[in-house]
Amino acid sequence: MTDNLKQKLGFGILRLSTWLILFILFIILYDIISKGIGVISWEFLTTAPRSGMTEGGIWPAVIGTVLVTMITALFAVPIGVFAAIYLNEYASQGKLTRTIRMAIRNLAGVPSIVYGLFGLALFVKNLGLGTSVLSAGLTLGLLTLPVTITASEEALKSVPNSYRHGSLALGVSKWHTIRHNVLPNAIPGILTGAILGLSRAAGETAPILFTGAAFFLPRIPDSLGSQFMALPYHLYILSTQHHSIGVVRPIAYGTAFVLIVLVLILNLVAIFIRYRFRKNLSK
Amino acid sequence: MTDLRLEQEEIEISKKDKLTKYKEKGLKIFFLLNGILAIIVLAGIFYLLLSEGLPTFEEVSIREFFTSFRWNPTSRNPGYGILSLVISTLAVTIGALLFSVPVGIAAAAYLAEVARPKEREILKPVIEILASIPSVVIGFLGIVLLGPIIARTFGLSNGLNVINGSILLGVMALPTIISISEDAISAVPKEYKEASLALGTNRWHTLVKVTIPAALSGITAAIMLGMGRAIGETMAVLMATGNAPAVPRSIFSSIRTMTATIAIELGEVPFNTTHYHSLFAIGAVLFVMTFLVNLVSDLVLHKYGEGE
Repeated sequence: MTDNLKQKLGFGILRLSTWLILFILFIILYDIISKGIGVISWEFLTTAPRSGMTEGGIWPAVIGTVLVTMITALFAVPIGVFAAIYLNEYASQGKLTRTIRMAIRNLAGVPSIVYGLFGLALFVKNLGLGTSVLSAGLTLGLLTLPVTITASEEALKSVPNSYRHGSLALGVSKWHTIRHNVLPNAIPGILTGAILGLSRAAGETAPILFTGAAFFLPRIPDSLGSQFMALPYHLYILSTQHHSIGVVRPIAYGTAFVLIVLVLILNLVAIFIRYRFRKNLSK
Repeated sequence: MTDLRLEQEEIEISKKDKLTKYKEKGLKIFFLLNGILAIIVLAGIFYLLLSEGLPTFEEVSIREFFTSFRWNPTSRNPGYGILSLVISTLAVTIGALLFSVPVGIAAAAYLAEVARPKEREILKPVIEILASIPSVVIGFLGIVLLGPIIARTFGLSNGLNVINGSILLGVMALPTIISISEDAISAVPKEYKEASLALGTNRWHTLVKVTIPAALSGITAAIMLGMGRAIGETMAVLMATGNAPAVPRSIFSSIRTMTATIAIELGEVPFNTTHYHSLFAIGAVLFVMTFLVNLVSDLVLHKYGEGE
């Protein structure tokens, strides 16, 4: 075989592998969208499940997912930004900084079900928060923390040092410099990371299995202390735990459709912000 | 008069300076505490897994837990051996890597070395979308789409088994493997490739003999991270592997992984029973496994990057 032919063949295999991945993604999206879209109606989105979840909609699950994701955001975004400010603006190269970084990288690799165990033991049992929106939101917040810290740090890092030096040289204090010269320029990057982290949290099931998600609850949660329905958990129930799985299959597809569209929209928003941000920086 | 006033002003300024100094110091400590929280959470996870998991061994011997194949905590003669669960986890993980490692590295090489810049700019975010699909949706497709295909192809009564779980996990590990391998391949200095090309070899030869070997440590890290994800993944394997706690005899056996066992059983056990504690003990084993895998990838990736 000539070298030229080898190269053609080799690059062909690489291209084929990439296409295979695109094909898999296409199949996933096509199957969910084509079979799910017919189920979607105003009624499906805005009413509660009825008759043992074989009829009706997914309204409580939509609201539950939105609520729990909001708690996640309130917890994980500020702490993530603060930790990133420390790492990028204050930290010196030392053992402590290295340990913090190592901890963050390892947290990112902790399985989601282990976060569920931790949330159950800490929030539900030891802190007495019970199975609730709050416990589940905090558990997902911990899971999202490594994402928000890392993304915020990247965003801070991308702000040129001249912004800091210019302000500091005028005798302005460090915090004032961070607040008025650094943070405003890092916000698009922080936002992108936060949205990506939250879209992942919204789709997680394992961490909320024992910390607050309810099998069936035909109303929206009235306080942070009550249980809630969530889209990913609802999909799990409908496709494995329901007594007549065949009958509820269309509803399961509809739920998967709503979940995927929600996640895709969040991702597109994040990609869009990042794209605009890059363009602005390179100007 | 004016001297006095100046002095007073100076005193005020130095007072203000002091205040700013305190404020600055306070803020620094506040931000540091947020960073330290990461260490506290990691240590807290390990501590709670141990404190909730260790009471298992008041009832169950350590030997039984790690070496028995029999997991049946609800039987009248309960069994608490996790070996079949561990083997099941390893089986689907290895299955996932067999498919996702070659495909993932090939795609990474394509993105880094073959694709035109415009093409790469479109492909990368598209592959990121794959990473964002919730695992419960992947598991759902394992039941409704992949399962029936497997059952039909191989003439089985149902398609919820090792091979189904392996394929799903492989798909989920792909984005991790691709993005980190691609970074590693892109980071290989241009001089290496130019030197190779200058010797008259073509681009394919350079990629296989120079670029990929030079990026091997990064690619190893990518494989380890993908492996960590596969070991810890819950929903997809819970839904698509048939839910039978037994040692797999073939790729068509139904199994139940460590993660799936925790997910299924923890919701139904009362607090502080041996069964409850034993599920935390499984969690601790899982934590240690993924921690070690991640640590190895971390060491490989950051061996030269201490100063970053």
